Amino acid sequence: MKFERYGLGIAKGLSVTIRHLLRRPVTTQYPEQRLNPSRRTRGNELIWDKDKCTGCGTCAKACHIGAIHISTSTDLVNNKYEVKSYEVDTGYCIFCGLCVEACPFEALFMSYDYERAQYRRGDLVQGKEEMKETPERKVSGYFYPGRAAKLPKQSLLVDNDRGKR
Amino acid sequence: MAMTWLPPDWPGNFWAHWAIFAVIILVFVLLMVLMFIWFERRALAIMQARLGPNRAGPFGLFQPAADALKIMLKEDIVPAKGDKLVHWLAPVVAFVPVLLIFAVVPFRGGAILADLNIGILYILAISSVTTVGIFMAGWGSNNKYSTLGAMRQVASVVSYEMPVVLSVVGVILLAGSLSMQQIVAAQDIPFILLQPLGFLLFFIGALAEINRTPFDLTEADSELVAGFNIEYSGMKFGLLFLAEYGEALAISAIVTTLFLGGWRGPILPDWLWFLVKVGLVFFVIVWIRTTIPRVRIDQLMALAWKFLFPLALLNLLITAAEILVWPAVSLWVFVPVNIAIAIVLIVLWSKFFKLGWGKVEV
Repeated sequence: MKFERYGLGIAKGLSVTIRHLLRRPVTTQYPEQRLNPSRRTRGNELIWDKDKCTGCGTCAKACHIGAIHISTSTDLVNNKYEVKSYEVDTGYCIFCGLCVEACPFEALFMSYDYERAQYRRGDLVQGKEEMKETPERKVSGYFYPGRAAKLPKQSLLVDNDRGKR
Repeated sequence: MAMTWLPPDWPGNFWAHWAIFAVIILVFVLLMVLMFIWFERRALAIMQARLGPNRAGPFGLFQPAADALKIMLKEDIVPAKGDKLVHWLAPVVAFVPVLLIFAVVPFRGGAILADLNIGILYILAISSVTTVGIFMAGWGSNNKYSTLGAMRQVASVVSYEMPVVLSVVGVILLAGSLSMQQIVAAQDIPFILLQPLGFLLFFIGALAEINRTPFDLTEADSELVAGFNIEYSGMKFGLLFLAEYGEALAISAIVTTLFLGGWRGPILPDWLWFLVKVGLVFFVIVWIRTTIPRVRIDQLMALAWKFLFPLALLNLLITAAEILVWPAVSLWVFVPVNIAIAIVLIVLWSKFFKLGWGKVEV
């Protein structure tokens, strides 16, 4: 005789919910607790290395959105291109990472940060100065496993790792 | 405890007694409702592996106060084609009976506004008036969702009143009185042990009457948006909300008084025992809310008429027979007997329980 229909099912359900009373919450209290994103995350910005860049423009060609504007002038003395301006409109950018993969000189990276909301649309355009790598603007390990190894491990809820970053 | 220096019949004077207890009840209901709202959201959240409100004050304790403030500051919107007077009156009609219930709830020995000798009958009579208020709210809003919700409320209350009253009669038979004080005084053994089936029937019926999950078809967010209170805003909505939680508080207090021995208990002061038991019953209500999904309307009706009603009749019959035929036997003998009877009857009746001549899945 099966008792599932005679209240046993309800009793089982009640025991499941009461056991959850002792369980740790899975939610994160965001401004106080932050989770580390994946080391290979494609963050909200692009980071550009001025010294390695040769101004070849491969990134701009790889970008199917057309979010990267690069203009160069010829430096005849040193026989190379000089980057006059380098702009990424992150409002258009879809963070696909194709430009990073296309760069033949390892000069372009995805950023590790995800809190880059702006109040004005104009602020979304990253100029040369806003693309430098700084302690606040970290480089993600996307496409660069060597850099990924240096980043903190992604926090997983199974480890209950909610420490401050 | 602090109040021992008071004479047992304090405050003595009729009007002073009346005034003091009116204030006590108002404060008790409002404070407990605020506590209950916080407690429910918190307990519900923890059981769903969340944290719940934790921003306003320590542990989010001020969250209900913040909600109340927000609700009071909101615009009061009245539907253009609605019945203005009925719409205005409905929250009051819904809330006042809930307050009136507490007039006969004994908070501790002797601490009761009016020790009516028909206490429990008074509760059953007055608590039904809330349904009128809810139907007025649904009708006065001139909205099909709210009318549907209100009609469901009336249907469920009319159906569930029957098993609830019948299971209360079992308690009355055991206590030999309708007075709430006498019922508590009679419980040397808590009636939950003597009336396990009656307790279950009363609790299920009471859940249906106050529209708690799994019987919250009146509000049924997923089908009726918000049910009867859909067109309410501002403090009118607040009053309806207050009435809803006040009812939950009232049911917790009534279950405590009828089945759990009221304020009686060892060691702790009696008023604390009362609060602890009320909190415990409310926790069970919340626990059930997290667990069981909402029933269909046909299941709701069938459960009342095919399951609870015959079982309540049988329970009444068995209780009456025990008291009439073996009056000299110690009541402790009946504790295991009644628990066994309850289990057998529930299993037996579950076997008979069908919907639509067995063509509809239960």
